[in-house]
Amino acid sequence: MKIPLVYNIRSLARRPVSNAMTALGVAFVVGVFIATLALANGFRMALVKTGSPDNVVVLRKGADSELASGISRDHAAIIGALPEIATASDGAPLVSPEVFVPMDIASASGGGAQLVVTRGVTTRAFEVRRSVHITAGRMFAPGRDEVIIGAAIAPRLAHSAVGDTIHFGGRGWLVTGHFAAGGSAFESEVWGQNEQLMPVLRGEFFQVVVFRLRDRSRFGAVQQKLQNDPRLQVDARRESDFYASQSVVLRTILNFLAIFITSIMAVGAIFGAVNTMYAAVASRTSEIAVLLTLGFRPRSVLASFLAEAAFLALVGGLVGCLVALPINGIVTSTTNWSSFSMIAFQFLVTPRILVEGLIFSLVMGVLGGFFPARRAARMPVVEAIR
Amino acid sequence: MALVELENLTKAFSRDSQPIVVFDGLNLEFAEGSFTALMGPSGSGKSTLLNLIAGLDRPTAGTVRVAGAEVSAMSPGALADWRARHVGFVFQSYNLLPVLTAYQNVELPLLLTRLSAAERREHVATALSVVGLSDRAEHLPRQLSGGQEQRAAIARAIVSDPTIILLDEPTGQLDAKSAADVLALLQRLNAEFHKTILMVTHDPHAAQAARTLLHLDKGVLTA
Amino acid sequence: MKFFPLVWANLTRHKRRTALTTLSVALALFLFASLRSVVTTLRATGEVGSETRMIVQSAKAIVFFLPMSYRERLLAVPGVQAASWANWFGGVYQDPKNFFAQFAVDPESYLDVYAGDYDMPADQRAAFIRERTGCIVGKSLLDKFGWHLGQNVTLTGTIFEGDWPVTIRGVFRSLDPVFSEDAMLVHYDMVYERYPTWVRPGWYVLQLKNPALAPQVAAAIDSEFKNSSDPTKTGSERAFNASFVTMWGNVSFLMDSIGMAVVFAILLVAANSMMLSARERTNEVGVLKTVGFGDRLLFGLVMAEAGGIAAAGAVLGLGAATVLWPAIHFSAMGFLPGFRVTPGTLALGLGIAVLLAVASGLLPALSAARLSAVQALRHVE
Repeated sequence: MKIPLVYNIRSLARRPVSNAMTALGVAFVVGVFIATLALANGFRMALVKTGSPDNVVVLRKGADSELASGISRDHAAIIGALPEIATASDGAPLVSPEVFVPMDIASASGGGAQLVVTRGVTTRAFEVRRSVHITAGRMFAPGRDEVIIGAAIAPRLAHSAVGDTIHFGGRGWLVTGHFAAGGSAFESEVWGQNEQLMPVLRGEFFQVVVFRLRDRSRFGAVQQKLQNDPRLQVDARRESDFYASQSVVLRTILNFLAIFITSIMAVGAIFGAVNTMYAAVASRTSEIAVLLTLGFRPRSVLASFLAEAAFLALVGGLVGCLVALPINGIVTSTTNWSSFSMIAFQFLVTPRILVEGLIFSLVMGVLGGFFPARRAARMPVVEAIR
Repeated sequence: MALVELENLTKAFSRDSQPIVVFDGLNLEFAEGSFTALMGPSGSGKSTLLNLIAGLDRPTAGTVRVAGAEVSAMSPGALADWRARHVGFVFQSYNLLPVLTAYQNVELPLLLTRLSAAERREHVATALSVVGLSDRAEHLPRQLSGGQEQRAAIARAIVSDPTIILLDEPTGQLDAKSAADVLALLQRLNAEFHKTILMVTHDPHAAQAARTLLHLDKGVLTA
Repeated sequence: MKFFPLVWANLTRHKRRTALTTLSVALALFLFASLRSVVTTLRATGEVGSETRMIVQSAKAIVFFLPMSYRERLLAVPGVQAASWANWFGGVYQDPKNFFAQFAVDPESYLDVYAGDYDMPADQRAAFIRERTGCIVGKSLLDKFGWHLGQNVTLTGTIFEGDWPVTIRGVFRSLDPVFSEDAMLVHYDMVYERYPTWVRPGWYVLQLKNPALAPQVAAAIDSEFKNSSDPTKTGSERAFNASFVTMWGNVSFLMDSIGMAVVFAILLVAANSMMLSARERTNEVGVLKTVGFGDRLLFGLVMAEAGGIAAAGAVLGLGAATVLWPAIHFSAMGFLPGFRVTPGTLALGLGIAVLLAVASGLLPALSAARLSAVQALRHVE
């Protein structure tokens, strides 16, 4: 770029208030952009992390969620006998039949109750779902009315501290520990032993059977086997795909919201930039005349003003990033309609989102500055120097 | 061959669909190393003439030749390059970019060349010392007096060693003392450095500083 | 008003600037009204329901069924005039994207309990009751899919496995939001017939003799079943609907926060625009003052300008929001039924427009008022 950028930067400084307002407008747009993307990203990550491509989720045929599914003990045994299932160090197959029921549990701040996923597992589940580990207290003991609570949901429930007795299903359960699961949706669940939960929940059947594949690539064959087995009426899916599909509704809503809101705001901010740049060009006609007279090409003048607008917007974008950054890690919760229960997740700001925010601000600047810059470049010198 | 040749030059433009002929069939030559003042009442077209020579405007008919190049036939793009290399232009006011220092303003034409930063620094320093503003290099235009601003503009006009220097009412906004300084500088540039200068002015005092005086009135040139 | 030409002249001096600023204000207010409407619409869905009806659900969670035997026992509770039941059917029509609510009900008692909340010809009602594989749909649902009376529709069950072909035997119009026109009702018995071992009512709907009896009725029912294997949670129909709204989480906080950010961003655009205009007009202000225009008048002229832009933006933006959403029948896949801009939101929007006008116009107006004519005339941009 022939015309030095310092000319543009200093020219911006000549109208500090006006330019600051324009930059701030961009900052707000970028801030909202980052916040909404972080919200969608946090939710997505919670669900993406939940599923592993090595695991297979088996549900009753036609069920679109664990909630609607039902698999009998016999059928679970048949599924568990598949040779493609990986084995643990003790030789037993890595298969986890699980009960899954949303239960009404009292909320922490006395605000009624919320639906929380209650999952019945065996100790094998901790090997099949690798990311899960106890963070406080201990595992529940077999044969007892004991549960562990996911780290994300624990703060939101009443009587959820280790040692407390939590109530659901018409019974009290001793909270023996909390667990984390790599930020996945499991952290919004309450886990207990299958045998203890079954009689209280849905009865003598499981909702889902999950197992680890010995060989990831064998999924297709396993799926065929299960779905064609005349004894069973099941659907099998890769765990990662399954949880991704569970997040579709909410993700669609969040993405729509993000795009809808930020595009409208962006148009407003761009208009602001257009006004500012036109005014700047109008007040600097003599300077433009000098540049053109000296021999700078009109396209250099165009590039110069475009750069000025882009720089201004970029400053706004940086401010927007800084302002939005503290949002990272804030926990929020909503209902995942697929499982009909509460899921707690964090706003997740990633470097990529920040970069996208900055690029977005640049785009706004360039779009806003284009026509004014073109006017500057097309200025008839002879008129201007009269 | 004269440095600047105007042949059969005609310029007309229409204001509100009324055609106004500024001059018609003008013939003029400027020799290399000349210092000419062009006077005339306002609206006589002297600024227009300057613009035509600088390649900022195109004649309705006729040709403008500077150092053998037919300026009147060049494309806008070529004209820009040509101006950068051959013309030093000084306006009556608003010459300098207010946000750049005197140094940076003078450096501007050199940014259009392939000179290195060190080479540019040398040229700028020379130009500034010729006009006597070396100690004011880091000052912004608002920190300079009117006369100093014009001298800085002249420094910028000579920094790339152009073929001609064109000035449009250079002393119009200056007080007597500053005007005298500027005119003395121009005389020095012409006498010592053999610069070809064409200056448009309506100030007879300024005109006296030049070596040749031309009058333009209603499109007619008189010596 | 005689100064209107002057205000107008100033506004149209920079047509593009005025247009862009007005559009920005319009966009911001459109967005604000839309965001606010999400909150008001959600809230409204929670306020739907009759005071004389109560819902009995499982205390364990809404997803648990209740025994059929409860029907008789509920009818026996003093204060209960009638009882019906329903299940969330949750089927898929061709594609999950075609989502709409389906309920499996006991036709006669259910339609009785909700009598007055819908309008349907008596013969259609009879046809529906008569035919176990019949269904009734709301008018807007019928129109949405281009169905007609007598049409066969097949649902694929998710909770109740298999394909369920049903025939449209009745089309109803909704007279109260509690009975949604975007819903389909099928026979509970049709579902029970296929899976008699485990299908039970999802919840019971009770008609009370007198709404004042609600608390006692609720207490009586819940204590009766408290220690059984299927404890109940009884509440008003309104509370039942409201509980679904809270499932969204802190939506209103999110919407309001974004709304505020939007308003602030546009305030900056509008204020900047006014400032740019003010700066260019300094000379003119000097001339006007020399002519004899007083400070107060000039203050008023500038404020009028800011007000004009805000007003035009408000009309455009709020108007667009009010017209657009109902026109495209937007309901966010059914999550936001009857999505529209309420008078309350409009009032809020207008208030913001006023705020915008004042905030953007105040400083330029004050400086125009305070400017001395001499200074102004000497000023060169």
